[in-house]
Amino acid sequence: MNNIELIFPEIFISLSIMFLLILGVFKKDSSKIIHNISLLVLLITTVITFNETLSVNPTILFNESIIIDYLSSFMKIITLMAAFVVLLISSNYLRTFKIFKIEYPILILSSVLGMMIMISSNDLIVFYMGLELQSLALYVLATFNRDQLKSSEAGLKYFVLSALSSGLLLYGCSLIYGFTGSTNFNVISSQFNTNEYAITFGIVFILVGLAFKISAVPFHMWAPDVYEGSPTSVTLFFTMVPKIAALTVFIRFLYVPFLNLIDQWQMILVFLSIASMLLGAIAAIGQKNLKRLIAYSSISHIGYALAGLATGSNDGIQSSIIYMTIYIVMNLGFFSCLLMMKRNNIYYEQIEDLSGLSKNHPLLSISLLIILFSLAGIPPLAGFFAKFYIFKSVIEQSMYFLAIVGLLSTVVAAFYYLRIIKIMYFDEEKDSYDKDHNLWLKLSLTVSTILILMYFIFPSELIDAVSKINII
Amino acid sequence: MNFPILSSLILLPSIGALFLFFTKSKSENKITTKYVALFTSLVTFFLSIYLWFIFDQTTSAFQFVEDRIWIKGLINYKVGVDGISILFIILTTFITPLCIISVNNSVTKRLNEFLIAILVMETFMIGVFCSLDLVVFYLFFEAGLIPMFLIIGIWGGARRVYSAFKFFLFTLLGSVLMLVAIISIYWITGTTDVVQLYELGIDTKYQNLLWLAFFSSFAVKTPMWPVHTWLPDAHVEAPTAGSVLLAAILLKMAGYGFIRFSLGLFPSASEVFTPLIYTLSVIAIIFTSLIALMQEDMKKLIAYSSVAHMGFVTLGIFTIQQQGIEGSIIQMISHGLVSAALFLCVGVVYDRMHSRLIVTYGGIVTIIPKYAILFMVFTLAALGLPGTSGFVGEFLILMAAFKDNFLVAVLASLGVIIGAAYMLWLYKRVIFGKLKNSELKKMIDLNRSEAFTLTCLAIPTIYFGFYPEPLINTIEVSISDLIDTYNFNVASKQ
Repeated sequence: MNNIELIFPEIFISLSIMFLLILGVFKKDSSKIIHNISLLVLLITTVITFNETLSVNPTILFNESIIIDYLSSFMKIITLMAAFVVLLISSNYLRTFKIFKIEYPILILSSVLGMMIMISSNDLIVFYMGLELQSLALYVLATFNRDQLKSSEAGLKYFVLSALSSGLLLYGCSLIYGFTGSTNFNVISSQFNTNEYAITFGIVFILVGLAFKISAVPFHMWAPDVYEGSPTSVTLFFTMVPKIAALTVFIRFLYVPFLNLIDQWQMILVFLSIASMLLGAIAAIGQKNLKRLIAYSSISHIGYALAGLATGSNDGIQSSIIYMTIYIVMNLGFFSCLLMMKRNNIYYEQIEDLSGLSKNHPLLSISLLIILFSLAGIPPLAGFFAKFYIFKSVIEQSMYFLAIVGLLSTVVAAFYYLRIIKIMYFDEEKDSYDKDHNLWLKLSLTVSTILILMYFIFPSELIDAVSKINII
Repeated sequence: MNFPILSSLILLPSIGALFLFFTKSKSENKITTKYVALFTSLVTFFLSIYLWFIFDQTTSAFQFVEDRIWIKGLINYKVGVDGISILFIILTTFITPLCIISVNNSVTKRLNEFLIAILVMETFMIGVFCSLDLVVFYLFFEAGLIPMFLIIGIWGGARRVYSAFKFFLFTLLGSVLMLVAIISIYWITGTTDVVQLYELGIDTKYQNLLWLAFFSSFAVKTPMWPVHTWLPDAHVEAPTAGSVLLAAILLKMAGYGFIRFSLGLFPSASEVFTPLIYTLSVIAIIFTSLIALMQEDMKKLIAYSSVAHMGFVTLGIFTIQQQGIEGSIIQMISHGLVSAALFLCVGVVYDRMHSRLIVTYGGIVTIIPKYAILFMVFTLAALGLPGTSGFVGEFLILMAAFKDNFLVAVLASLGVIIGAAYMLWLYKRVIFGKLKNSELKKMIDLNRSEAFTLTCLAIPTIYFGFYPEPLINTIEVSISDLIDTYNFNVASKQ
């Protein structure tokens, strides 16, 4: 095996998972150690990925079933970093609910492993394996606060619906296998006959399965309930990390074997995108729970990322990757605020609980203000640039309808972000929240706010990093 | 020019704001924070005066241009001024310190944050007038929504939430189409650099749609009838300083945008849509003047008069003649001074009586005579009495309009008469008449800072009324060049 070093990150992370499991079994009260080691593992894996694979030429391994290229390495690094931050800032939350257990970091590591496999997959079977690995870990994570009814409900709901979508996805895979004779992306692209409608069916089924994983409308129903019921730190994980992996598969699956069928799938993607943007924006207006609200907001953000993918151009792919990256930073900031809303060991998550926040917590509320305006896409904050790149690539393909609908739904979405700001700044204050937060929580809020605020000074860095992604 | 004078002009207020951000807002710090803000804005003002001083009036080319790569291969950060924009920059830097002086009584809570919002706002406003790249322009244009939303929402009156939302959503809705247009321009021509676009020109077949997209944004911001409804709400609820900024400068962004972008980039579309603008302008002038007659709230009355005055501005711009555009710019500057002063005047009596209703007042001329005199100056300037800056603008606009379209000009002149009616009636009801409300006797006359701000505004109003040469000299060359290019483009298309 020549290029074994290219999958060192995956090997390292799987060995660490096994080691941590054994450690957890034999050592009592080891949750803190395991938590810290997991952080270290994620950090080391990031470094390995960065050093070993980021700058290599595209390489195909293991009977052409794994692909290592810039896209996969870039997405892996984002996944790892996001998981690292989630793990870093969730410890206080878990302790409050007395669920600071050894399983939590291990489950996060296994789902990250699954995602890394998904991101690197060049074969339907490998992709499915990765998908199931990450999903199984996520089901357990959703029910992690098992003493609470809502958490169990969330996990069960997620499990049932997700299993259904996996079934659809598998059915699509089998259709494609049946009509091309292979599960390998490269072979499929050379084998299939464009006149064969069964392949289109296969693509549609797989798209449905993937749309479910990224909670795009009309396969979004699970998202608000699951996001609300899961522990907040898990919700944070849900809103960002699995979507990166699924988006990468979207790119890889649509653009490598089926670029010739763009006429067939472009329409579906445009529909998913428009429906997600609009529904996400409109349905969020009536929400009272911040986690539900952010669920709808994430649906609408996914709509924008899909708009980039629907263009069928390299520019579009790059813009939606930029979009996701900026979205993750904004989301981290938002959830850091959410994790700070604690008083007497109770976490508050209704919008009303933010009332008058600006008087007692001026710094927290100004950060949240910046994050919310950025989520709404108001310049000069990072969220604006994310949308700007998307619309730039959409308009390049003369998809004016998509662009105008997208921009109009930003106006609708601005309304509910403004409503939160209104409650924070214009309403009367309530009791203040705890101020002695975890250092890491404060740090992640500060860093993400500064990144959002100062993005306009160095906009080229991210573009440079992403511009090396060339799929077509 | 090696020293980046425009960028420092843009950044200076923000640096002041950053400084304020890190000072604790305690009550004993109030004076200090105010002086810091005032100092920052004054430095900005003097820098802009220096800019005017070294500005070369004989050329229409952009001066003090800075051009840096911002997003590689996509957008350059490009700023520069010509005769048109420099006046707006000075207006901005002139009004902001007066706003800061005027916060004395009206803003009682969270002074520190209020001043930060005002200074950040100043950065964005200067940025709008300097930017020579469409994306940079859009960035500043939209960014201004954030501080203004907060100014109205936090420090506003009873219905502040409704007004703030209405202001934000109306403007955002108008602007998103402009973003589509800007990106389309990028793909059509390959650049968003305004100077290059002037040279390249945009294909006629795209111009109409692009013009409409820009129009949707500027029409909301101007505001033109029928999308003006956010303005009275925003004005009534905003604190005095917010109203002043809104009326004096924010509305001018759209007028400036019409001249710089609609005329400059889409000449043949502007030709096509001139009747539309004429119609909307005339409706705005007459209709909103009539509405203003019926208002019981002073701030609302002045807000509607703003809509009418901006109607003259759009009318003047689209006459596309030297006098018309010159008149529009002078009208905008004059309206900037006068409406700012009128809102401050309302603020003065509001701070004392906590009522903006006209019926509350009456017969206060003997109680606060100094106020009565200054208020009169601005009332007369608002109705366009010769000898005030309001006259120069309106006169030039109407002159150009008569040359172009007799009917429109006659209708617009009718608006001038109604304008005189509502302003004089307002003055009569507030200042003269019998003293009915005995509480008015307790009112004290202008204090030092109020007298100072109002005098500062009165001097240029009267000075430019008698001697508008400095303004006209500054803008003349730029405008004649703009019109020449415009006529050349229109002629070459036919």
